[in-house]
Amino acid sequence: MAPVKLDMDRLIDDRRTRIIVCCGSGGVGKTTAAAAIGLRAAERGRQACVLTVDPARRLAQSMGLTSLDNTPRQVDGVDTAGGGSLHAMMLDMKRTFDEIVEAHADPDRAAQILANPFYQSLSSSFAGTQEYMAMEKLGQLRHADEWDLIVVDTPPSRSALDFLDAPQRLGRFLDGRLIRLLTVPARAGMSYMKVLNAGFAMMTSALTKILGAQVLKDAQTFITAFDTMFGGFRERAEGTYRLLQTPGTAFLVVAAPEPDALREASYFVERLDAERMPLAGLILNRVHVSLAARLSAARSLAAAETLDVHDQGLDGPDGSGPRYGLAAAVLRMHAERMNLGKRERRLAEHFTSAHPAIPVAEVVAQPEDVHDLDGLRVIGTILSQQNP
Amino acid sequence: MTTRDTDWDGVRLHVVTGKGGTGKTTVSAALALALARAGRRVLLIEVEGRQGIARLFDCPPLPYEERKVALGLGASGGEGGDVYALAVDPEGALLDYLEMFYNMRRAGRTLTRMGVVDFATTIAPGLADVLVTGKATEATRRRVDGRSSGHLYHAVVMDAPPTGRIGRFLDVSTEVSGLAKVGPIKTHADTVAKVIRSPQTVVHFVTTLEEMPVQETLDGIAELRELTEGTIRPGGIIINMARPAMLDAADLAAAASGTLDVAELVVGLKAAGISDNHGLAADLMTELSEHAQQVAQQNRERDEVLTAGLPHYELPMIPDGIDLAGLYRLAAELREQGAA
Repeated sequence: MAPVKLDMDRLIDDRRTRIIVCCGSGGVGKTTAAAAIGLRAAERGRQACVLTVDPARRLAQSMGLTSLDNTPRQVDGVDTAGGGSLHAMMLDMKRTFDEIVEAHADPDRAAQILANPFYQSLSSSFAGTQEYMAMEKLGQLRHADEWDLIVVDTPPSRSALDFLDAPQRLGRFLDGRLIRLLTVPARAGMSYMKVLNAGFAMMTSALTKILGAQVLKDAQTFITAFDTMFGGFRERAEGTYRLLQTPGTAFLVVAAPEPDALREASYFVERLDAERMPLAGLILNRVHVSLAARLSAARSLAAAETLDVHDQGLDGPDGSGPRYGLAAAVLRMHAERMNLGKRERRLAEHFTSAHPAIPVAEVVAQPEDVHDLDGLRVIGTILSQQNP
Repeated sequence: MTTRDTDWDGVRLHVVTGKGGTGKTTVSAALALALARAGRRVLLIEVEGRQGIARLFDCPPLPYEERKVALGLGASGGEGGDVYALAVDPEGALLDYLEMFYNMRRAGRTLTRMGVVDFATTIAPGLADVLVTGKATEATRRRVDGRSSGHLYHAVVMDAPPTGRIGRFLDVSTEVSGLAKVGPIKTHADTVAKVIRSPQTVVHFVTTLEEMPVQETLDGIAELRELTEGTIRPGGIIINMARPAMLDAADLAAAASGTLDVAELVVGLKAAGISDNHGLAADLMTELSEHAQQVAQQNRERDEVLTAGLPHYELPMIPDGIDLAGLYRLAAELREQGAA
């Protein structure tokens, strides 16, 4: 059964679509897809903003993403005849984090937090923080209400699902017994000695042993200073999470026709369903098709062999006449491409038979990496013209 | 000693990094197979909790325990050594660390229950990293029996975090000293750093011949050199999933510039009994010119990544997906090219 085609233009022309999230495992072309969708939407009249995490350098340059000031910049070279516009920004994780601290703590406390070694480690590391900051930035952009469509490219997590876990993880962290114990002194003042039960004593002794007393003290200082902000953090993370569940959001799972990427895509589709996140479809990127599909791989290879035999015949003592080396090589190349396409088709069918209701858009493999607006336009057109 | 030197004789900890999607886990596994010559034991370590090794070797999910998963690649038909695998997670590494150094396994369980591991990985990933790298360096240094005997593992291969994170991941002592100037975890980090910064350790970069992975590889090598002032040694560049050129260079150049003679192809097709109906030859020509562009891009990216000036190896695309046979094929390539 052929999968349902994804109607990209209907999705981006629908004014009720306010957020498009492109997700999928690393290296499948998420960033390019997000940028292409943003550009097409802008040229069809939307006020679009693309939030990207980790673009290729030349693509970033072509979109004017060279200054890292953590605010969306207008992209030049976009056709604005339809009344649309395109902004783009690249997420600066640490800066986003710093800005939250500065916005939500008084100046003294903010300075104290920013200087704390634990804060510095947390805000510049990649594990988890990037996912959370991407959510935070998305929430901010949506809240600013300057754009009617935000296209997000999710971080290249070790698991593409991490960004969905950010609020829960933060919640689990904040509700953890450790945090509560560490922040007891700040909450209860002198009387905190009362809670020094056996478990806590054992834990602090173990922690002191592993980390040393100073580290524990720094951690405690950090948590205490951060304590007042934590509630707000979680509230906003939960707010963004709920925003993602609303009908104004559309998730697009991006995959390449390779076993790992499609396995991840399946997992993602199921997870989005479990979280009640609105899935618009699958973008199957870098699909190999052949213009000359009427010549099968088997026939092509057989023909190449015939030509080989002919050419070998000419190697004899009285060999003369035309050689067909070029044609044989072209036939082999064609056979390989046909076989590749067939393998990809089989892999894609695994996915579509497990998820028959999910609309699919296929993007044929481009001979070269996309790194300018024209290249993005080509991808956008392919995404929107799925009907044969 | 082996009959011939490899590029990494004397290296005992091979750290393998690469951008997501470049086949870092596959290459790590192939390298482990290639290193496990007859009579040698090699440990393959996975640190990102994805159970990619178990999937590759078609075995049940790996616990926090060193398990034999395969026989190494033998020489000329003979059997190879043993490949062991271990999936390290920060929590298991913490329990391990407490038991090994403080004999405090029970306290470790309490810490886990109290959410200390979550805490550490959330607010101070540097601490989790030092526990994980600590496990790898411990395995690297481990002796068969007592101080003077030989190393238990001839080599350890670590399927490490992606290129974007590798500098910080390995620069454990700097990461930890930001948090702890003194104390046991600092001492531990320093011991770990000593192994990582010794000539026993190198970091290999896996890339495909595409723009992003190549860019990240060069950035990663530069970052590693800068962060650690050259004390953590970049190893080789392993180009993965290279697609072979199907025509010779002259024909490819002609195809790319559109100067190849369609008539010659039509004659060839006819000689093979294929008629040029509906412009078949022209369509094949378009396909060929795309192939030529792709080969040209690969060549450009190869030139680019080799500007790093590191030894390099090239592994072909295994068309039907990686299975055990494919892994051994890649291992043989790596050994053939001198990587192991």
